[in-house]
Amino acid sequence: MEYLAWLLLLLPLLCAAAIQFGVKDSPAAAANLSVASVVGTFLIAVLLVFNSDFSSSFTWATAGTFTIQIGILGDQLAKGMMVVVTGVGMLVHIFSLGYMKDDEAKARYFGGLSIFMFSMTGIVLADNFIMMFIFWELVGFSSYLLIGHWFEKKSAAEAAKKAFLVNRIGDFGFMIGILMLWGILGQTFLFAEMEAPAKALPESQATIVGIAVLLIFCGAVGKSAQFPLHVWLPDAMEGPTPVSALIHAATMVAAGVYMLFRLQVAAGTSIFEGFAGTTIAWIGGITTLLAALMATQQDDIKRVLAYSTLSQLGYMVMAVGLAGEAGIEAGQAGMFHLYTHAWFKALLFLGSGAVIYACHHEQNMWKMGGLFRRMPKTTMTFAVGTLALMAAPPLSGFWSKELILAQALEHNPPLFWIGAGVAVLTPFYMMRLFVVAFLGKPRDHGAEKAKEVPPVMLVPLIILGVLAVVSAFSLIASSIVPDNDFHAHGFHPNMVFWISLGALLLGAGGGFLLYHGRSSDPLENNPLFKLFRNKFYLDELYLKLVGLFQDTVAMAVHFLDEFLINGMIVGGLARSTAGLGNIFRRLQSGNLQGYAILFGAGILLVIYLTVFAR
Amino acid sequence: MTLALILLPLFAVIAILMGANPRAAARNATGMMLFAGLGLAALWALGTRTFLGVDFLVLSKPEIHLALNFFDGMSVIMMLLSVIVAYAAARTGDCEDRHAKLWNISLLLIAAGAVGAFLSTDLFFFYAFHELALIPTFLTIGILGRGDRKEIAWKVTIYLAFGSIILLAGLLWLIAASGTPDLSFESLLKCTVPVAAQRGIALFLLIGFGTLVSLFPFHSWAAPAYASAPAPISMLHAGVLKKFGLYGLLRLHPLVPIGMASWLELIIVLLLGNILWVGFVTINQKRLDSMLGNSSVMHMGYIFLAIAALIAAQSESANPIAKPAAILLMFGHGVTIAMLFGLADRIERLTGTLELRDLGGLAKQAPKLAFLFGLAAMASIGLPGLANFAGEVMVFIAGFKGWEPDTPPGWVQIATILSLWGLVISAVYMLRAFRHIFQGPTVEFTRNASDLSARDRSPAVLLAAVLLIVGLFPNILLQFLEQPEAVVAREQAHITQHPRPPQPAGSAPVQPHPSPSQ
Repeated sequence: MEYLAWLLLLLPLLCAAAIQFGVKDSPAAAANLSVASVVGTFLIAVLLVFNSDFSSSFTWATAGTFTIQIGILGDQLAKGMMVVVTGVGMLVHIFSLGYMKDDEAKARYFGGLSIFMFSMTGIVLADNFIMMFIFWELVGFSSYLLIGHWFEKKSAAEAAKKAFLVNRIGDFGFMIGILMLWGILGQTFLFAEMEAPAKALPESQATIVGIAVLLIFCGAVGKSAQFPLHVWLPDAMEGPTPVSALIHAATMVAAGVYMLFRLQVAAGTSIFEGFAGTTIAWIGGITTLLAALMATQQDDIKRVLAYSTLSQLGYMVMAVGLAGEAGIEAGQAGMFHLYTHAWFKALLFLGSGAVIYACHHEQNMWKMGGLFRRMPKTTMTFAVGTLALMAAPPLSGFWSKELILAQALEHNPPLFWIGAGVAVLTPFYMMRLFVVAFLGKPRDHGAEKAKEVPPVMLVPLIILGVLAVVSAFSLIASSIVPDNDFHAHGFHPNMVFWISLGALLLGAGGGFLLYHGRSSDPLENNPLFKLFRNKFYLDELYLKLVGLFQDTVAMAVHFLDEFLINGMIVGGLARSTAGLGNIFRRLQSGNLQGYAILFGAGILLVIYLTVFAR
Repeated sequence: MTLALILLPLFAVIAILMGANPRAAARNATGMMLFAGLGLAALWALGTRTFLGVDFLVLSKPEIHLALNFFDGMSVIMMLLSVIVAYAAARTGDCEDRHAKLWNISLLLIAAGAVGAFLSTDLFFFYAFHELALIPTFLTIGILGRGDRKEIAWKVTIYLAFGSIILLAGLLWLIAASGTPDLSFESLLKCTVPVAAQRGIALFLLIGFGTLVSLFPFHSWAAPAYASAPAPISMLHAGVLKKFGLYGLLRLHPLVPIGMASWLELIIVLLLGNILWVGFVTINQKRLDSMLGNSSVMHMGYIFLAIAALIAAQSESANPIAKPAAILLMFGHGVTIAMLFGLADRIERLTGTLELRDLGGLAKQAPKLAFLFGLAAMASIGLPGLANFAGEVMVFIAGFKGWEPDTPPGWVQIATILSLWGLVISAVYMLRAFRHIFQGPTVEFTRNASDLSARDRSPAVLLAAVLLIVGLFPNILLQFLEQPEAVVAREQAHITQHPRPPQPAGSAPVQPHPSPSQ
């Protein structure tokens, strides 16, 4: 099994190398190679799920008694996650064959996807924190490559840079957290060795452990785009839409949740007790609410989905944070939502990609309309995805969200009510999107001439549509999501059920009534909704802050460096020496060569004499 | 056999003076150096230690030897860095025919001086070889440099002469205080320096070596020098020769551990000056060459951080990560900055400018150049899989090695945390530069640019391959640093403050010495 797992990790890397150094000039070959590689990894991942756990590692760096390992931890969690990653990856690759058919840099695109698959696999399989950090950085890099795929476009180049930098800010905290935890847990990075020292932690270290966990959480705040570092994800929609589906919806952005849950499995949830877990849960809660509010006023179809991704990630982070109080079940609820969300959100993004493709790269939903008549199959799959995201029973999204809300109600009622509020907003903005883009009459030429997409794009949509319905049922779920007793078979209606059902009807009904038959947003001029439309002006605020703290400080420091350090302190010293040197220079030949040679010879003479005279 | 590494470039210099084609001579000599260097490193890795060195007695009272050998794995790694960068430097840049002689002779002398300094096992030649390499550096800037070359050359000379003289004073004091019978590292490292003298010696070494490495606030010479010097000279100096100071600190630190420890707070303030202060200066640069020059100053801070961790631990056995981390990062940085300077030279050749605001969209015109530059830029900001990351992450781990969770973070931990912010700073300026040069629509300067030819690519491809190999398998280099028992024994001798009797002459320096007490 180990060999298969290493192959699972290395296959995409080999594929990317082959594309970069071999078939770069033959786009079709590059695409086929990339698809073949991802199909191969999916088959391996499925094979591994049905086999026993395993682990394998080698020493990557040695310094005396200290080593850094690169290793694979093939437990149920990792194996299940691999099926999600390679499964979504495979469908996105296939969809891309159609979507990117005529792209100028198709080879570079598929090479980038393969690099991403390699990096993501590394995060999932990592058996220690340094290895996870290595691949954590690499997914950030592949995301940078793919967001900036159309780099001639200024906005795409800027978005790629922004994504990388915002993630770096998160990783600043992440690395400190990793180092602190290393010190706290007896200097081990290995997940397998964390449990015993974590159990034996003295009460006196509770604060420092909490700080370390929160710093590690910073990594997740960056990668999973939580408030206040959420600003990169909507901009990342500048990348090709299949990339948004794979990286910025289903897999990479979920890596933060996966990482936190991995830590909970490895070291136990006890290190999340107290302020650390509470803070994480509240950050998740704030993100889920703010993002849902912002989603209600976006006009770009992809941006609505981007904000909804933020919001759903907020749910997951909230659940993982609750694990500090509730124990591992809450974290498992978060993972369960990660798993169902991956399918239906990939479906929605690919569906939006199909729509954008059919409307000749129009992304504004107000210029669409009437697409149901023109592309009924795509619309049907999109409707399924929408229902799953709205958490309509009995689709997959319903079961996982239900669990998170149940955990919140039990352990943190205020967060439950935030979650319930978002459960109204989600169907509201999704209904707005669906009604405006797919129903009514076409409002632009692109939408009028839209046609159903080719099978290579439709088939992935249909497969994802099926999964969006059934993925929560235990027949499929129990072999992929860590074993637990909350799969769809053991459900009884309770208070949470009735509240979320009410929220669904309220939000969806409100959205339908408000937007049916409209050709512009009736809430556009409402000051409150203007605030949502402008994303609470957070982007502007950050730009100001960066301008102030980075560029102004850089300018001031540069000025001081030139005039204070170079000009006065050291320069003064140099000038006085130079004055002395000038005298010598006049005495000597006066040219630079002569001086330099004499200078060198002089120094050698000085050494010689001093040593000799001793 | 190690002598060949010095003789090859020196013979080439003689050949050029006698009328050989300068470019061909430099390329052939550096090619052979690379070949010989890789061969010697392989022999060393396989365990051959005794027949690699040469040892001429130059002077009998006091004993000075022209002794060239691999004193330990650190020397091997620095030698590898030198020959790799020299190979690439000799294949970078275009000079006018009338300057070809000076250009190539300088290049060869710097390479010879660097290799000589790293391989000398004798303090005298360790110092002298470095001086030998500095002289052609001044000359090329003064004669072939761009911009205010005279003024910049003068400034560099003043700074580095200042550093060299302070260093010389420190070394002489060290020799006197240690009472060493001769000037070989072997004898020297067996000595014990009285605690009273350590503090002063340590300060002289820090300022002396520090100025040569552009330690804050003695860094103002570096960026203008690299921007002005011809590309191969910048590559060799920033990539290789500048590491002399760090190498010297790592080499001599065991002699004055207590003295160094007394300056720990100062070192930390200065290294943060490199990372944060110079980091912000780098963000504000408008030209690619000054940006790269400043970035290389900034990155010296990380290596000083590893040295600070070593100093705080006072011995290699207490923090075994720090020294390998520093060496690995020195190597990674050397290769990366050489590659960046080489490619910046190509960008200027293709477009005629290095002003960031005048460039744009070059990736469209020159995808291969964009790939190579992107790889080097990513290496420089610590992307895993490339050499610098392995070094950086080990530096940070070394920074936390001495932390007890029950106590608040100490100086080194605080410095590590603040230094980590440098990763954000580097990403800001590197991605900004890449964005300005390669992305966005093409502009006037880039519209007619062509891609790199295979010949122009070759040095960068070699450096890229090295970055990838070391980045993916850092143990390829780290294996050279497996500690021989000699180091451990030496440290024990220091701890007990009992100098051991000198070893019988003739034994190879790196052979483990059985301690008499064992």
